[in-house]
Amino acid sequence: MNNNLNLKLKVWRQSNPKAVGAFVDYNVSVSPDASFLEMLDELNNELEKNNQEPVVFESDCREGICGTCGMVINGEPHGPLRKIATCQLHMRNFKDGQTIWVEPFRAKAFPIIKDLAVDRSAFDKIIQAGGYISVNTGSAQDANALPISKDIASDAFDSAACIGCGACVATCKNGSAMLFVSAKVTQFALLPQGQPERQQRAEAMVAKMDELGFGSCSNTYACEAECPKGISVRNIAKLNHEYLSAKCKSTNVEA
Amino acid sequence: MSWFWQFTNSSIGKKLTMAFTGILLIIFLIIHLAGNLSLYGGEKAFNSYAGTLEIVKPLIRIIEILLALIFILHIFNGIRVWWENKKSKPIDYAINAKSKNSTLFSRTMIHTGVVVFIFLIIHLVTFWYPYNAGGGELNLYQLVSGRFSDPIYGWFYIVAMLLLGFHLNHGFQSAFQTMGWNHKKYFSLIQLIGTIYATLIAIGFASLPIYFLYFHGR
Repeated sequence: MNNNLNLKLKVWRQSNPKAVGAFVDYNVSVSPDASFLEMLDELNNELEKNNQEPVVFESDCREGICGTCGMVINGEPHGPLRKIATCQLHMRNFKDGQTIWVEPFRAKAFPIIKDLAVDRSAFDKIIQAGGYISVNTGSAQDANALPISKDIASDAFDSAACIGCGACVATCKNGSAMLFVSAKVTQFALLPQGQPERQQRAEAMVAKMDELGFGSCSNTYACEAECPKGISVRNIAKLNHEYLSAKCKSTNVEA
Repeated sequence: MSWFWQFTNSSIGKKLTMAFTGILLIIFLIIHLAGNLSLYGGEKAFNSYAGTLEIVKPLIRIIEILLALIFILHIFNGIRVWWENKKSKPIDYAINAKSKNSTLFSRTMIHTGVVVFIFLIIHLVTFWYPYNAGGGELNLYQLVSGRFSDPIYGWFYIVAMLLLGFHLNHGFQSAFQTMGWNHKKYFSLIQLIGTIYATLIAIGFASLPIYFLYFHGR
């Protein structure tokens, strides 16, 4: 207990989507071995003990694979460390006496629900627009009937590593969802299973992304730097190419 | 044609417009600088270069119209993208660690772009208009060397060219990324070439007022 860190938190508190929010100061004493979310759990225990409203934040797996947790810590989604989610950030990465600013993800397409929790269902709507493959039910075919090179499989896997946490949108100065959409489009475009719906997918997912109020990419590459899964902006280049080629080749003239 | 307008108004379509017009402007700047460097050859060399362009005037006029269209598309579309993107991010963070995840050049494209736009207008008013209104009789070398020897105009020109360099440093590689040409093997080379290109363009243009301000005839 002696090596506990004394920290000053400035946490964004907002009671509902329409309310005016503000930063509230909390002083915490926490073990350097605690994760950032455990630190917030301890804070909430204290608040509840004192009959105060706990800080609302989202979390689920707490091992960096679900993409549920997400908040902006000192100006960076998932905090100052690279390629980890908030749940994998430990308090030993902060200095005793440090002030930590905790804010929700900010983007027009991600409205605040309460405190640090934002509504990321816009991502689900983009996936519903085309982020899938249509497969007839029945017994699965022989795996060896679809040869895929190791290199292609690895590249597709790198794109598929996206956990849809929304850090790319949160850090982008334009509130653009390009890294997310490009990872999903690239993952399918690289594999044989994605070919039948390749053109519709690129057209539909980009149209949905624009419709939901995400901004345009201006290639600052902040998304790649902040992505907990290290998704490369090469996916965005691939999506640009996929979209242009779909627009040129597809027979869809309605939109 | 609805699919075409839908395409050009989509987020990627707008970026492709920026990239395509940007690449054309990148090529234009090389040609413009190459011509301007004849100023170092003295009055005769520069005026004979301007005279050569006079011979192919109809072609120059067509290129000017195309250039105007490219500039208008690039500027109008750039301001539009900036304005719409601002609306996609209505509230900024209280603390924003921007410098940790992106370059200053990439975040200030609208600012450097607006300065270059203002420069462009002043540039047209001071050089293009008097020359074209003068019916080719005007001594262009006298006009240019006179302007460049003026410290206020000279230093405005130098600062504008520095910011143009910042704009190009991001814009060059950004155009390739938008076109989809980001390959593991070549992209770092493209970024390097972009930085070298931006530096050469900025130094090349800015060297002219520096020459006339501090070295010419001394």
